[in-house]
Amino acid sequence: MDEQQAKTEDIIKKENLVFDKTKLLTDKAFHYCPGCGHGVVHRLLMEVIEELDIQEKTIGIAPVGCSVLAYHYMDIDMQEAAHGRAPALATGIKRTLPEKYVFTYQGDGDLAAIGTAETIHSCNRGENITIIFINNGIYGMTGGQMAPTTLENMKSSTTPYGRNVKQMGNPLKITELVAQLPGTCFVTRQAVHKPAYVRKTKKAIKKAFKYQKQEMGLSFIEIVSNCNSGWKMTPNDANKWLENNMLPFYPLGDLKTPEKK
Amino acid sequence: MNEEIIIAGFGGQGVLSLGKILCYAGIVQGKEVTWMPSYGPEMRGGTANVTVIISDERISSPILSKFDTAIILNQQSMDKFEKDVKPGGHLIYDGNGITRHPERTDINIYRVDAAAEAARMETNKTFNMIVLGGFLKVKPIVELQNAVEGLKKSLPERYQHLVPVNEKAIYRGTKIIKKISKARAEA
Amino acid sequence: MGELRLMKGNEAIAEAAIRSGADGYFGYPITPQSEVIEHLAAQKPEERTGMTLLQAESEIAAINMVYGAAGCGKKVMTSSSSPGISLKQEGITYIAGAELPCLILNVVRGGPGLGTIQPSQSDYFQSVKGGGHGDYHLIVLAPSSVQEMYDFVELGFDLAFKYRNPTMILSDGAIGQMMEKVEIGEQKPRLTEEQIKEKYPWATTGKTKDREKNVITSLELEPEKMEQFNRKLIEKYRKIEENEVRYEEIQCEDAEYLMVAYGTSARICQKSVQIARNEGLKVGLLRPITLFPFPRKRINELADQVKGMLSVEMSSGQMVEDVRLAVNGKVPVEYYGRMGGIVPSTEEALKDLKQKIIGGK
Repeated sequence: MDEQQAKTEDIIKKENLVFDKTKLLTDKAFHYCPGCGHGVVHRLLMEVIEELDIQEKTIGIAPVGCSVLAYHYMDIDMQEAAHGRAPALATGIKRTLPEKYVFTYQGDGDLAAIGTAETIHSCNRGENITIIFINNGIYGMTGGQMAPTTLENMKSSTTPYGRNVKQMGNPLKITELVAQLPGTCFVTRQAVHKPAYVRKTKKAIKKAFKYQKQEMGLSFIEIVSNCNSGWKMTPNDANKWLENNMLPFYPLGDLKTPEKK
Repeated sequence: MNEEIIIAGFGGQGVLSLGKILCYAGIVQGKEVTWMPSYGPEMRGGTANVTVIISDERISSPILSKFDTAIILNQQSMDKFEKDVKPGGHLIYDGNGITRHPERTDINIYRVDAAAEAARMETNKTFNMIVLGGFLKVKPIVELQNAVEGLKKSLPERYQHLVPVNEKAIYRGTKIIKKISKARAEA
Repeated sequence: MGELRLMKGNEAIAEAAIRSGADGYFGYPITPQSEVIEHLAAQKPEERTGMTLLQAESEIAAINMVYGAAGCGKKVMTSSSSPGISLKQEGITYIAGAELPCLILNVVRGGPGLGTIQPSQSDYFQSVKGGGHGDYHLIVLAPSSVQEMYDFVELGFDLAFKYRNPTMILSDGAIGQMMEKVEIGEQKPRLTEEQIKEKYPWATTGKTKDREKNVITSLELEPEKMEQFNRKLIEKYRKIEENEVRYEEIQCEDAEYLMVAYGTSARICQKSVQIARNEGLKVGLLRPITLFPFPRKRINELADQVKGMLSVEMSSGQMVEDVRLAVNGKVPVEYYGRMGGIVPSTEEALKDLKQKIIGGK
């Protein structure tokens, strides 16, 4: 045992350290299901804020949805919004504190169903904020009901036989929609189910905060994610399903950048 | 002193601004004032009316059903408000477009032909100030010079050059108002 | 004495907001209160004081913008009229739940539904009993003159920040639209970021190394903790009831009969009292200025003096319930009112008092 312990201590020497716990994440354990994308995105956000050294200048807005308790994990000042209203809170904050960095963290139901008006209009006004939009095609927190982004024929607890688009309408590509608005400067769709995607997502988040500093308008980052509990799959299967079903309908990449509108 | 007035006519006749200037004149003279318009869809083109109260005391109800004075500038308003003048009160009207003249005998009736006078003065927009002058002749509740001060206060900067012509109109109104009939005690 | 101006109630609110050093106004137009945002826009508050002005996409967005800015310790407000206030109720309950200070103006029009655009007091229950979901109260101020519209902006903000609770100015279309003499106050400076950090350590102004993060939320998943928080709120409302009751008495000293009315109705009744006194009837008027907290102690005391009370309202009889609770059966309490945007006349109100309370039917 002693030998084992000595070995471990040897391994965790500072010079051998390749990854440290993100400083701006609190010690509170995530309540998210194993395999869920939220934890990764939380970490990326906090890494970016740490790297840009803007903790003292950042105010985040948590949504209603699985990430309703995001403020338990992020060690920054945060406000909890009513369902869908995060961009309105962000507008109120940014307009009265223009020198701060303000972001919202929202799910698909929050951003693309109940909060559609707030989303569209904050984008259209070109609020200097960053919207992080987690799209997993389902209402995770309330138990797997249909979301505005639920794919055609996809099963949910309110579409147990699959989403019938004749009855329930089509999945909403809100990211394509906001890309058309003059107020958005950076609109991109990313994912976090593979390390390469994670790195790209982090870059996108960092860009968004830089654009915010430059007062270029609203940055909108959709992150296509999974919900293995809601989808009723193992984490691995969920990621495969995401790759085979979500990504063809929600293709990754930049829809709009300040350089190329 | 507590004077309760209804001013009524067509939208565009300057009914509301007449009331406003009267209120400002009251403020200049240290009075309490209330200006209560009818508002809503009827504002758009139809009739306009405003209740103005000028008082030495704190003003109670801003909404009234009987008035000390009615200033009436079209036939609809005559039909609506002639009956609401308190017995012994005053009714002042412009005869222009009036087909049925006031009939009550228990109130004092005056006529100020401001529309015709404004046309004669070639300053149609001073119409309401001629009416104001007439009213203040009959009911000198504020001094004429304070009415001119009120006018200055209620006109935005860009219209201040119109003060002299309107001032003239106020004084003109005091000259042309005519008494039609005096209130008689009802038999 | 400050500068005297002739102003509409709605304009007075706007001017008072700028002069009170407010940081922001977020609103959405609706009759009969659109002059608030129009007057603000004409006044260029951004240039005058740096105050933010924004026409939102809806009343819902506007109240949530207020939430966000209030969460940062900013002095912010919104205004609307009845149907718009209904839309704001979601945001208002979240603001009450997150204990944020802010000011909400309701220039009431007749309802239900789209109703009418004429003055009404039919939002009394909605205002004083909570309005949205959950156990909470607003501080509710009821102006009855344009001067009070002006004065209650600063008073409303002061109370909101003192108790970290939203304040509502409950006005109506008549007070919003009428013009009266207003004494304008001095321009107060807006608070600097440092002052806000010092005065409101709870505000989300960016987490610094010397403090824990601040979180503005109304969510508590553990029922025991939630109940504790509910108790804390109740304690706060009790304090407000102890310290902030405001009312005006008009000829109550020797009154044998009492009218109870607020806002426009109180103005009407003031005249009824004059007429009654001229007729030799000892009638008085109690005008609640705060509707929450309600002057129930004083009304209860007056119940020992008078023979009966009449609550006069532009509603189907809402405040009368609170008057009855205050009187607790000591004397008869009746109601007289008009609805749908009709303002009761002085004569009607007095006639009803004579019929229902003074007697001699």
